[in-house]
Amino acid sequence: MIRFDSVTKTYPKQNRPALRDVSLEIEKGEFVFLVGSSGSGKSTFLRLILREERTDTGMVHVLGKDLSRLSNWKVPHMRRQLGTVFQDFRLLPNKTVAENVAFALEVIGKPRGTIRKTVPEVLDLVGLAGKEDRMPGELSGGEQQRVAIARAFVNRPMLLIADEPTGNLDPQTSVGIMRLLDRINRTGTTVVMATHDQNIVDQMRKRVIELEKGRLVRDQSRGVYGYQH
Amino acid sequence: MRVQFVLSEIGVGLRRNLTMTFAVVISVALSLALTGGALLANKQVSSMKGYWYDKVEVTIYMCNKADAATTPNCAKGAVTADQKAQILSDLKKLPVVKKVYYESEQGAYKNYKEQFKGTPLVNSITPDQMEQNYRVKLKDPTKFAVVASAFNGRPGVQSVVDQRKVLQNLFDLLNGMTRVAYVVLAFMLTVAMLLIVNTVRVSAFSRRRETGIMRLVGASSFYIQMPFIMEAAFAGLVGAGLACIMLLGGRYFLIDNGLDLQEKIPLVSFLGWGPVIQVLPLVLLIGVAMPALAAFVALRRYLKV
Repeated sequence: MIRFDSVTKTYPKQNRPALRDVSLEIEKGEFVFLVGSSGSGKSTFLRLILREERTDTGMVHVLGKDLSRLSNWKVPHMRRQLGTVFQDFRLLPNKTVAENVAFALEVIGKPRGTIRKTVPEVLDLVGLAGKEDRMPGELSGGEQQRVAIARAFVNRPMLLIADEPTGNLDPQTSVGIMRLLDRINRTGTTVVMATHDQNIVDQMRKRVIELEKGRLVRDQSRGVYGYQH
Repeated sequence: MRVQFVLSEIGVGLRRNLTMTFAVVISVALSLALTGGALLANKQVSSMKGYWYDKVEVTIYMCNKADAATTPNCAKGAVTADQKAQILSDLKKLPVVKKVYYESEQGAYKNYKEQFKGTPLVNSITPDQMEQNYRVKLKDPTKFAVVASAFNGRPGVQSVVDQRKVLQNLFDLLNGMTRVAYVVLAFMLTVAMLLIVNTVRVSAFSRRRETGIMRLVGASSFYIQMPFIMEAAFAGLVGAGLACIMLLGGRYFLIDNGLDLQEKIPLVSFLGWGPVIQVLPLVLLIGVAMPALAAFVALRRYLKV
């Protein structure tokens, strides 16, 4: 599903590489936590998977494709097979819940009939049935994140990338979001989630990948947040 | 492709940027009206030059029957075949002469009719009033006097005319104005392009949230960029439409009504509606293509994959 081969990435005008010689593999259907302090390279790791950045050296394979060889015009197609969720939800404030989810399908040219059918389905799945016509501003943070997850999942992606999806939510709400992500994972979707939330990582007991100053320092199945040597 | 979706995005974009859109429309309209005006002025000049103007410098008109009564030079009647042959061979001996064309009465009449089409002059003349003539191309266009002194007053020659003298001043004026128009035009086009680039940039910036999400969910860059390009093209189209109205109105008020040049200068055959209308599709095409291209170039910089 995802394979990093000795990946190094240095941003322009920076001395220290954001990622240094990272190699790992994530299988189909896995649920993986990506942990590490700020500046450890988590975001770069995710941006490389999304092909928002390219590696300096090494190779990133996502969904069987070598991203360094993927030409620019093919990137949108690759991204349609991924779902992405962020800490700040990234919803359109002037569109309703249903329109926000539909937007993801509209801009990739899905027919109206498909949109009308799938949007309520996925809103039901994330537990927002009956709130289709609300505006994002009227929703709680947890509900907004559910909208974002619905949008990410509406295309039934093979892979869901979540960058601190519970970062803006209280613990109670976070648990709900994690249950949802877990359910999505059980449908066969691979989930990669960057997080600072120790409780969540410790409770879920999934694979944990830890980065520190750009290096891969821990890769542990059924791991916890802190060091466990 | 969801047409309705795209159209609503364009509407939103244009309204959000109303003042900029307005500036784009005005500057495109002005620069295109200038473009069309300059093109039409060129057409006017070349239609006024007639058939011979750019080909020869000197015309030697020979006597016809009617001239015998009116021109002392031609008192002996129309030019004879011998005289014609003599003039031709002498012309060819002159070192300044490059080329000599012969024009018969019929040929002269035909060119005359063409040149003064649509003016009162056309019907005032019959073929037998036309003169046979030699149209002379010089190696050095300024050496008119050489030919004039050699042939003026010769038997059979009615007059020797410096072709350039008659209209050169007017043409100089028109050409000068066209050139000024081109310079102003270049500036206007630059301003229009910069405005478009800036408008697109502001537009892309104000919608970075939408475009960011579009990128995220895998919209193609064509799909992301198209609303911006269509916005620019639409503003350009409105500007081009205004330019067309200005051109049509310009001809109407300059030539037919208002200034009424056709009435005041009846000797000149002014451009009809035909040439003006022929220019309009070009104006519209430039009006749409240029802003679209400018937007496309601007987006290369401001919207990455």
